[in-house]
Amino acid sequence: MAGAATQASLESAPRIMRLVAECSRSRARAGELRLPHGTVATPVFMPVGTQATMKGITTEQLDALGCRICLGNTYHLGLRPGPELIQKANGLHGFMNWPHNLLTDSGGFQMVSLVSLSEVTEEGVRFRSPYDGNETLLSPEKSVQIQNALGSDIIMQLDDVVSSTVTGPRVEEAMYRSIRWLDRCIAAHQRPDKQYLFAIIQGGLDADLRATCLEEMTKRDVPGFAIGGLSGGESKSQFWRMVALSTSRLPKDKPRYLMGVGYATDLVVCVALGCDMFDCVFPTRTARFGSALVPTGNLQLRKKVFEKDFGPIDPECTCPTCQKHSRAFLHALLHSDNTAALHHLTVHNIAYQLQLMSAVRTSIVEKRFPDFVRDFMGTMYGDPTLCPTWATDALASVGITLG
Amino acid sequence: MVCWQDLEESFRMKLSLTKVVNGCRLGKIKNLGKTGDHTMDIPGCLLYTKTGSAPHLTHHTLHNIHGVPAMAQLTLSSLAEHHEVLREYKEGVGKFIGMPESLLYCSLHDPVSPCPAGYVTNKSVSVWSVAGRVEMTVSKFMAIQQALQPDWFQCLSDGEVSCKEATSIKRVRKSVDRSLLFLDNCLRLQEESEVLQKSVIIGVIEGGDVMEERLRSARETAKRPVGGFLLDGFQGNPTTLETRLRLLSSVTAELPEDKPRLISGVSRPDEVLECIERGVDLFESFFPYQVTERGCALTFSFDYQPNPEETLLQQNGTQEEIKCMDQIKKMETTGCNQEITSFEINLKEKKYQEDFNPLVRGCSCYCCKNHTRAYIHHLLVTNELLAGVLLMMHNFEHYFGFFHYIREALKSDKLTQLKELIHRQAS
Repeated sequence: MAGAATQASLESAPRIMRLVAECSRSRARAGELRLPHGTVATPVFMPVGTQATMKGITTEQLDALGCRICLGNTYHLGLRPGPELIQKANGLHGFMNWPHNLLTDSGGFQMVSLVSLSEVTEEGVRFRSPYDGNETLLSPEKSVQIQNALGSDIIMQLDDVVSSTVTGPRVEEAMYRSIRWLDRCIAAHQRPDKQYLFAIIQGGLDADLRATCLEEMTKRDVPGFAIGGLSGGESKSQFWRMVALSTSRLPKDKPRYLMGVGYATDLVVCVALGCDMFDCVFPTRTARFGSALVPTGNLQLRKKVFEKDFGPIDPECTCPTCQKHSRAFLHALLHSDNTAALHHLTVHNIAYQLQLMSAVRTSIVEKRFPDFVRDFMGTMYGDPTLCPTWATDALASVGITLG
Repeated sequence: MVCWQDLEESFRMKLSLTKVVNGCRLGKIKNLGKTGDHTMDIPGCLLYTKTGSAPHLTHHTLHNIHGVPAMAQLTLSSLAEHHEVLREYKEGVGKFIGMPESLLYCSLHDPVSPCPAGYVTNKSVSVWSVAGRVEMTVSKFMAIQQALQPDWFQCLSDGEVSCKEATSIKRVRKSVDRSLLFLDNCLRLQEESEVLQKSVIIGVIEGGDVMEERLRSARETAKRPVGGFLLDGFQGNPTTLETRLRLLSSVTAELPEDKPRLISGVSRPDEVLECIERGVDLFESFFPYQVTERGCALTFSFDYQPNPEETLLQQNGTQEEIKCMDQIKKMETTGCNQEITSFEINLKEKKYQEDFNPLVRGCSCYCCKNHTRAYIHHLLVTNELLAGVLLMMHNFEHYFGFFHYIREALKSDKLTQLKELIHRQAS
């Protein structure tokens, strides 16, 4: 589908993003996503609830933390319990009883993470189910069909995902295939008015390939763009350059979703680079290993040093865990077999991520984002100048200095 | 010299019986807690906890549950290893675990985990924690209680007789003697402890299956200024309890009416009723936890006065469930699935995959108001943590509801109907 090759989007694409404020120095933006299940303030961090559950916390708890969009995983849900059942249950919203927004990925990422079980062809990805051994073909059409059944508010195209550490012709093949798969997804999508299909920019760590992908995909009539194929094993130096390249070529009036990014520093830097949406399993996963996220990094609460630490995880945090419990109690509970310990930390870590993004957003709206970044880096690394080189470089590239 | 009369008078708590029906005591315990303004209903149960937290539940999810008992049970087996920490903390275990408003009872052992035998001596008792064995003499035990500052605590006692088969009379006698000695020593140390003045010692009735020893234990313990009694050694499988019920009646007959009687290790609905009829007031609520751990949901009916349509549906349901139960029992040879009772349904069964009903129709718990059997089934199949959270919320609420109905049945003289209903559902 051809269109104007400029950064302005085509008239017929649904405008789901409203810009509320922009940083005058960097590319940071504050906005609002208007989605079928309510408004979402951006920049936003989306916790990942892979199998129709946010790992031990109820949807009521998630709502109480202020979360308004989270992720579900098409690959997993497509296998168990399957799209037909979920459709009978009134979609994924009905099945898990989540009143706010859902974003589902296409199942493509599992191609990289479960590559021994899959084979990629032009048709799609052939999987062997780890649960019953059955073979399934996940094609662009099938992926969209499953996501239509799930009824998520934002759905992702099936992309040909290649690990960022792979080099050579495979990267180019995957990039061009992703474009063709995008068109197939657009054609197969049955509910464009109820579910917003996002494209995913590929091209690995090759600037030319990325640029080509950007040029082609932005010609397509989609409500939003994701930056994919990063956040794997690549160096941070290469990572930020690809993010910056992507945001420089993506339309301003559509959301930019950077997939798989969730470390606090990465979030702050990538907001500066112009990204609006993020997802990552890290905060919830690390919680289940006893690690609590704090402005100075993290606390591994299982360690003996916290045995008699009677303060909360973070005295500034307003989450229920910090309001009611001490590090010492959580330490003791983590050494028991009561799963409640994990849930306390999951609640806190999600709160940490959401509070961080909220603070980022407020600073953009109040026109002090660069100062916020400096404060953030100072707290995290002891001094803004002690921030990792890649982050310093990335911020400098968009006009924020840390010295 | 211990002045027992002074200790007796210092008890502010007061048990008042509203009525006694068929041996069942209905009433209230008032003036409980450090500030003396809490009340508990009897018959009742205590909230089961592991390391000071309801299993799987945070403050938020615990408070979603209706009818949570005023008193929670803590176990020394999960807390003894944190003695040093609590000592330094100074403010007591209630505040430490984030339950400052709850009444707290500290038992020696965790009713769910079996205790290995051979670790009680004349001078010490051992509890088993995650970190290993914690051996406690009377002074160490009391030092730990000083750090915990619970409202009630089970006295150090020799309960080993119930861990073993075929115990000799000599060993049974020893368990009674030791427990009384521990009790006298603990009472003495309590006298000397400023911090433990507001805590109440619960005397432990031992004696195994020997009537003579049971009576001796009851009579002797009753002479001491304890705040209540724990009937120990009645736990086991359903058949062992049945044979012990006669002993139980004889024991409670020896105990003063105005002090509460707790029993350890008995939590199944049918067994609860049997024990209430024999003068027991308070129970542990670990049964709903065990049900949760095997992926099951309590569905037994305790509404002895439902509308006729409901009765029919529930009866049919029960028939179905009994059939399934028999099938399952034939299939399973090992694992805790063998212990599935007919008070519950197994959500892992394929038939729940597309069942969009709540766990129990009409149940007002968070799980039943928000989720379906199909969803719980999915969570169990995919091994998700939320399964335990939701099942625990339902199972606790259902169980606490059962106790509420027991009290209602006693109030309105409908105990026979309730008993009949429960026994129809017991496998």
